[in-house]
Parts: sequence; structure tokens; C-alpha cells
Amino acid sequence: MPLIKNGAVIADPFTMLADDQPLPAEGGAIVSLTRFRKDRETLLARNAPLGVRLNADESPEELGDDVHRLSVVVIVFPKFRDGRGFSWARMLRTRLNFTGEVRAGGDFLYDQISYLLRTGFDALDSNFTLEDLNRARSEMSAVYQPSADGKKTIRDLRSGK
Amino acid sequence: MYRYDEFDAKFVAERVEQFRGQVQRRLKGELNEDQFKLLRLMNGLYLQLHAYMLRVAVPYGTLAARQLRKLAHIARKYDRGYGHFTTRQNIQFNWPKLVDVPDILAELASVEMHCIQTSGNCIRNVTADHFAGATADEIEDPRPIAEIIRQWSSLHPEFVYLPRKFKIAVSASTHDRAALRFHDMALEIIKNETGETGYRVLVGGGMGRTPYIGYVVGDFVAKPDILAFLESVMRVYNQSGRRDNLFKSRIKILANALGPEEMRRQVMREFMEIKQKGTLELPVEELKRIDAYFAPPKFEALPDEMPKAGKDFENWVKTNVHAHRAPGYAIATISLKPIGGVPGDCSAEQMDALANLMDAFGMDEIRVSHEQNLVLPHVKKRDLPAIFAKLSELGLATPNAGLITDIIACPGLDYCDLANARSIPIAQDIAKRFADLDRQHEIGELKIKISGCINACGHHHAGHIGILGVDKKGVEYYQLQLGGSGAEDASIGDIMGPGFGEHEIGPAVERVVKAYLTLRQDGERFLDTYRRVGMEPFKNMAYLDQLYAAH
Repeated sequence: MPLIKNGAVIADPFTMLADDQPLPAEGGAIVSLTRFRKDRETLLARNAPLGVRLNADESPEELGDDVHRLSVVVIVFPKFRDGRGFSWARMLRTRLNFTGEVRAGGDFLYDQISYLLRTGFDALDSNFTLEDLNRARSEMSAVYQPSADGKKTIRDLRSGK
Repeated sequence: MYRYDEFDAKFVAERVEQFRGQVQRRLKGELNEDQFKLLRLMNGLYLQLHAYMLRVAVPYGTLAARQLRKLAHIARKYDRGYGHFTTRQNIQFNWPKLVDVPDILAELASVEMHCIQTSGNCIRNVTADHFAGATADEIEDPRPIAEIIRQWSSLHPEFVYLPRKFKIAVSASTHDRAALRFHDMALEIIKNETGETGYRVLVGGGMGRTPYIGYVVGDFVAKPDILAFLESVMRVYNQSGRRDNLFKSRIKILANALGPEEMRRQVMREFMEIKQKGTLELPVEELKRIDAYFAPPKFEALPDEMPKAGKDFENWVKTNVHAHRAPGYAIATISLKPIGGVPGDCSAEQMDALANLMDAFGMDEIRVSHEQNLVLPHVKKRDLPAIFAKLSELGLATPNAGLITDIIACPGLDYCDLANARSIPIAQDIAKRFADLDRQHEIGELKIKISGCINACGHHHAGHIGILGVDKKGVEYYQLQLGGSGAEDASIGDIMGPGFGEHEIGPAVERVVKAYLTLRQDGERFLDTYRRVGMEPFKNMAYLDQLYAAH
């Protein structure tokens, strides 16, 4: 699937690996948390960017300090109504101070794009167009809550901040 | 009352257009029903047995006359001429057309109203004591913090797809009129030992198939910290609330599984982090700014005398008029429980006439109570006879607030897609049996609450007498529960035993009440007697008499 990142549709530079799939000779790879735990030494020793894919019931805290050695964390939405991913992304950004790519994967709707961007996702694994993305983020121009995107809130605007 | 500023107004206007777009995508087939369902519910639109139902938010139950007029207009233009006030202080329209809904929302936005998060697995419309700002027994008006919560919870990016719905209530009185202990989260405004005002925070209350009474998770949260604290609870719930089973996904299940100690630990961990960052701190200026909107109206210095206007008026005053903080003023409950009527229903004509009454006597304010009545919070005692006369003309002067015919009932099988049994006809039957006013006064305070299914929208767990409709092989049966309370002495009712048929439940309630009148000691309410003597005597009377009757 194409990837929307930094306002552009790009080809995914990472290989998404199933647990039984061999590591590619070179280039970035994304593995499940299970595989990361099993092959941690090998994966981290590899001279290429690494990503871990988290299921909705896997907190980013389970990565421990290793999170900072990753280039990508993919958070998979099993079903669009499962909103745990919003908290995981926010946690990656505001608690773990993760500065790499936080990518949304799995099942999410156009109507959730603005929430994804607000809670700290910066890449969407999806078929949405840039036009979709821009429209989705402009539907509600102002927000009431601070979140991981650092956007000014309505209270900030009221007090002229 | 709160007034939208440019930011609130734009927010709601944009939300209307966003929803309009969602409806268009659904009509064009770009969204399937499964996807659309989630989006429409987030905006209070249900698909019921016969039609769509639109639930309009009445934040903390407060309405101005122009808003009530708009609701009347919507009832006339888009519905069948009436609306239904709910136990969460909202109003529902039972017959709108999907294509009209965006226009209805635009009409609501023009009077600073909306349907945001009146349904769906998100933070719902926040409720408050319906006597807020008028009663003498509160520490401060709970509505400013409720408004702050409304704003903070509106389209919160992290908490719109929670495991399940999340209901918050606020009260500042030792007398709990907001059913705090049955809410997912509740704020009780309190003073600490140094006289500082802050919040006691409870979590994990709820009704449904597994009722729980909430426990305290924050003993005293300082005012500037409250949003940080609420956000902490939401984080814990969103991360750890169950999502594998619809019936175990409310925070009450998580709260019960973790226990108070572990819940506190998890909440405090989040709280310390948010507090340290300071992003959610509520500055004093912001609190003051919101407080100013809710400043009490200017009360005149009036003699504190209750006028005389005949026996009917006196009866109405006895139950429907309550003490006000200002001498010469009163709080008046407008019963939406006429004998034989549908609890909570109000016609467009009644709404318009009430708006006129608010202009003339009510300082432009009306409240929706969680007991499905309306309340005029600030009226002069000397105006009460004129108000009573007008209400009598409108069929809105039923003198039964807090009495046995002031029954809470969910819409039940007459409307609801989830119901197993009808609620409204049972409420009507019971009200008719106890219609005699002297008998109602003789019985005193007795709260009957009826739900047409286990989801407990009619709060049967919290009824002094609770009635639960169940379906047994296609036949409607009604279980009795005794001893529940939604007030500060909160308790969950005990199930009596096997259910009664639809024609037997009314007589069974009469026998239970008869048992109470026999058993009670001086000054005891039904609830007090039940708590003293327990289920046995009531049960014996209810079932034994039934046996005799059958033979």
C-alpha cells in the first residue's frame, strides 16, 4: 500500500516482514513485536533502519529503551472502532519522546485522519490521496485539546497566545 | 448562562458541515452502514425500530428561552410535534428524516446547540445537578466546570473511539440530584480542611447488566489540575478497558477488576506526567472567565412569603416547589409525568408556552432534570400562582414531583431497537393506579424507575422500586427490584424473584406499597422501611397475595 508522509505520497522504503519471512539482504525492515523480541540482537545489529509493528493490545512501553533505536513504529488498527492506537501514538510522542516515524496501519477511516495526525502519527499506510488528507485536516479548523501535534488550542487563541 | 464566543460558534458550524458531508457520502454509498453507524452515533443519530432518532445535547441541562423555542420549531417542522426529555438531560426527536438531519443541526447551531457526542463510544454530554446555581445547599455552581469539561471532551482526538460510552456528571451539593455514584466518572465539588474548593473524583459507577457504585479515585483534586486528572482517567480507560466483549467494556468493569488501589496508582502515574508538562493546567483567569457566564441573576430583595391561591396550588407547592438560595424566590419543578402520559414527552406548543413563561417569570432559564422533568430555577414566590395557573392550562401542573407517579421510564419496546419489553404502558398503568393525590401524599417519597431491557436506561437499579422488562419466550415479563437509590445514599436494588406478567406488575406494585404502609414506622420513606426490614416481608406480601388471587 502507498504511504502518505510529510505531505507526499511515497513508496514505502521499508519491507513489511511476516514472522516467517527471511530478512532482506539490505534496506529497512518492519517486524512484529514478537519477532523483535525473538531476534532482537540480530535485528539491532543489522546495518539498516528498523521498524516494529504493534498490535492494538501492545503498548509502545513494551519496547522499553529499544524504542529509540527504531526508525519506525507502526500501530495497527484492527478495526476502525478500536481507538487504542490514538493513545499509543500520543504516548510515543509525549511520554517516550520518540522522534522517528509513527505510522498508522490497518483499518481506519477518512474521518479519523485528523485524530491520527493530532495524536502524533506522521505516516499513514493507506490509499487516501493527498487531497483527502488535506480536506480531512481542514474540516475542523480549531481544537479544544492539547495533543501530541502541539497545535494551539482554542484556549490559547482566546488568550491571544 | 454560557454564550458561545467566535471559536465555539465556528467549531459547531464546522461540525455541522462535517456531518453533512458524512450524510452525503452515506447517501452516495461511499460509506457503508457499518462505517456510517459509528459516525452518525457520534452525532446522536440512532436508527430505531421505526425511524431515525436524533438526540440533542442539553449541556448540564440548561436551556434559554430562545433554545426551547428552537426545539419547539424543530419538533414541528422536522418531527411529529413533540420531543422527549431523557434521563441524561437531553432531548430526543423520534421521527426525523436522515436527509433533514444536517439542516436540523444547522438550526441548532444558530442557537448555540449541537448533537456532538450524545451517543457513540465517546465522552457523552456532561450532566449536572438541575438545581445548580439556585439551590442553597451547594458549595458553588457546578456548571462552569461542566462547561469546561464539555469543551475539553468535544472531539478529543484521543478519546472519541473509547471501548464504550463514557458519562460524566457534576454536583456541588451534599444532596446528590445527579446520580453521581452511577456514572462512569463523577465530580463532587467539595471543600478541603483549609477551606479550598476542589473536586472529589469518583469512577466506575454504572447501571446496565452489571450495576456498580463508583468509588473515589481522587480525594481532593485542586481546581487547576482537574482536566489533567480527568485526562489521566481517560488514558487508563482507553488503554486498558476491555474491547473483547461489549457488555464488559464500560469503565465499571475495569474499575472493579483493578480495584481502587491499582486504579489510583495507574491514574496517578498519568496525572503526574501531565501535570509536570502543564499542558492541561486550567489557569485561574480561564476559570474566572467561564464562571462569569454563570453569575447568578440579580435577585431583588423580596419578602419571603408563599402566596395563598387555593388547595390545588398548595398541593403543587408541597411537592413541586423547592427552597431557593434567595429569599422571596423559589425553584419550581414542571412535571412531565401527567397521569397516563408518556414520561418526559413535551409538545411543541408546550415548549413555546414554557418559553413565554420563562420570559415573563423565569429569568430566561429552564433546566432538564435527570428525572425527566423540567425546572424553572429562579422564580419569584409571588409569581407562583400565575405560573401555576398557566402550567395548569398547559397540562403541565401535575403536582407529583418525587411522588410515586413521578416515574422514570425508558422509551422501551414502543420505540427502542434494544428493548425486550414495553416500559411506557407500565408507567401509565402504575400512575393511573396511584392517581389519587391524597394517597400519593400518604405514600410520600417513592421513586419508581422502569427499564424495558437490561441496559437500564430507565435506571431501574436505582429505583426505590425498580422494574425491569424481560422477554421470556416472546412474552413480556417484569422483574421487581427494591431498595435502590440514585441519591447520596446510593444503593443497587435487590431482585425480588420471578417476574410478573404485564397485567400483574401493576397489582404487584400496589401490594408492595401496601406492605410498606403496614410496616413503616414514623417518618420512614419507603426506602427507609425497606432498608430496615429487608426483602422478606415485601416478598411474602407480593407473592402470597398473588397466590390467593389466583385461587
